[in-house]
Amino acid sequence: MSENVDSTLAPRRIGPPRSRLSRFFESRLLGWFALAGALLAPFVTATPYALNVMTTAAIFVLLASGLNIVVGYCGLLDLGYIAFMAVGAYTAGIISKSFDLPLIFTIPAVLVMTILAGLIIGAPTLRLRSDYLAIVTLGFGEITRITANNLDITGGPSGIFGIPGLLKFGDFDVEQPAVLYYVTVLVVAAFVLASARLGKSRLGRAWRFVREDEDAAEAMGIHTYKVKLLAYIFGAIWGGLGGVLFAAHLSAVSPQSFIFLQSALVLMAVVLGGMGNMRGVVIGALVISLLPELLREFASHRYLAFGLLLVIVMLFRPQGFWPARGYEPEQASDGTVDPALPKKKRR
Amino acid sequence: MTQLIWDGLFVGSFYALIALGYSMVYGIIKLLNFAHGDIYMLGAFVGFALLTSMGGIPASLSLGALLVVLLASMLLTGTAGVVIERLAYRPLRGSPRLALLITAVGVSFSLEYGVSAIAGPNPRAFPVRLEGGVFDVFGARVSLPQIVLMLIAAGLMMALNTYIQKTSTGRAMRSIALDATGSLLMGINVNAVITRTFFIGSALAGAAGVMAGAYYGKIDFLMGFIIGLKAFTAAVIGGIGNIKGAMLGGLVLGFVEAFGAEWFGGQWRDVFAFAVLILFLTLRPTGILGQRVTERM
Repeated sequence: MSENVDSTLAPRRIGPPRSRLSRFFESRLLGWFALAGALLAPFVTATPYALNVMTTAAIFVLLASGLNIVVGYCGLLDLGYIAFMAVGAYTAGIISKSFDLPLIFTIPAVLVMTILAGLIIGAPTLRLRSDYLAIVTLGFGEITRITANNLDITGGPSGIFGIPGLLKFGDFDVEQPAVLYYVTVLVVAAFVLASARLGKSRLGRAWRFVREDEDAAEAMGIHTYKVKLLAYIFGAIWGGLGGVLFAAHLSAVSPQSFIFLQSALVLMAVVLGGMGNMRGVVIGALVISLLPELLREFASHRYLAFGLLLVIVMLFRPQGFWPARGYEPEQASDGTVDPALPKKKRR
Repeated sequence: MTQLIWDGLFVGSFYALIALGYSMVYGIIKLLNFAHGDIYMLGAFVGFALLTSMGGIPASLSLGALLVVLLASMLLTGTAGVVIERLAYRPLRGSPRLALLITAVGVSFSLEYGVSAIAGPNPRAFPVRLEGGVFDVFGARVSLPQIVLMLIAAGLMMALNTYIQKTSTGRAMRSIALDATGSLLMGINVNAVITRTFFIGSALAGAAGVMAGAYYGKIDFLMGFIIGLKAFTAAVIGGIGNIKGAMLGGLVLGFVEAFGAEWFGGQWRDVFAFAVLILFLTLRPTGILGQRVTERM
């Protein structure tokens, strides 16, 4: 792949952040600020509509952070990501409804099913060129939706409804909108953090290496197939759990929720936000999911705008609006102070 | 049985026509043009617009008018393909594959919702419906329009094959597919040839779109999505990058689908086609006619 030498997805600027503002945006505090903002949002407006929109946005953030593992870290294009959410939502819905269990107890089964789905699609195609993966995932998304539409166990075109809540003991019902919102936000925050930490792990570095140059990565002793499959499976898990939250939120699952458009929207959140940069992805997901609610009158043209934006971003800023920095603070052996960071000015 | 074979052959020739564009573009610049299915949709809508603007004439002269519209739509969709290549794909040539693929998805999205914004999101009825006598061939119901459409498809494919095998541009295309840098060094105007490839591929897809509109009578802005996927499947079955393979793959996919729909029920048709795609990629990713491709470093 010699054509990739001079232009990669890797960020060009390397080094510690310069200005105070960008240092704030790169700092660890930002995540806590975002979480605090999400937790305080219901105190600003807590109408059922607002809570509904915010819960949906939080689930969307979870999906985007999962797809970021696949597309952002590992550079594999997944065009049927919503299928994992479908697998998760349907598994959770069917099991909890037929055994009358709270949704939370279906999570082990959901994990098994989504990992299985990830293996079925990933194992044969990840050995091939990455383009094939893109189109196979596209096909997989359609297969999943059509299968759900045709089978009796999934309720056919009308889907499953009346799914029990996430958890209920005594008076405390997680199904109340505000409670569900807080549970969703906390779960999503945990998974966003986990996804960000994964990106900094040994595996995360291997993913980025594979993304930048698969041949070189292989030559350096990275088992590229295994690493890619792992990225795919992690993405599947995130998607499946998004499905559980989705089922808890709507208490109904139907095939119309899992059309290609949804996969494309999650992909846009990842690409526009900044591939590989979890902060950018979270912001991208919030923008993509909240903007249509704010701009109702442009609803019919928003997908056209998204499509054009996707092309324009790829042409002029192929790493997204807020790409990952190619800079990782090195841990000094004696302490946690990073010698490469500029020292604070003393007065 | 003969009915199934005939149906498969008919649907397969559509797939083949679209798969050709996929395969040609992939063979030359190794780009999966996701927007290809939407070019097919664009062709149907261009044909629709042309026929509506002609008013009452088409109704009386359905076949002749349709041929004129077919050629005009091919010209227009071909131009659209060239414009897309120039604006969206060429600046990114040499960038990582991921960026190109995402751009292609963006182009596909823009085409779909652009058409939806102009023509409205509801399905439209095509002004000309091909109608003709139905007769019986070995127990299969064969209609005149089916024969006409298949003849047009076969004619287009034959013309393309001659073009690629006999002309100097065709030779240039084959040489770029083998080695783009080498071709450049040998004095081939690579950009011009790629532009021409996009033109031909998009024109063929546009022709298929007009034909599908005239045959099925209903068009909508998402009609290219599934058929684009199927055409890609056909291209993979035959061996992607291989022109004859794309034709063969289209026919094979048509058969497979016709028989699959018969055995498992019509609602499983698409699932069956994609299952075949995944199976093929697992067992024989180079397709029926493809050679083993070693990736050059």
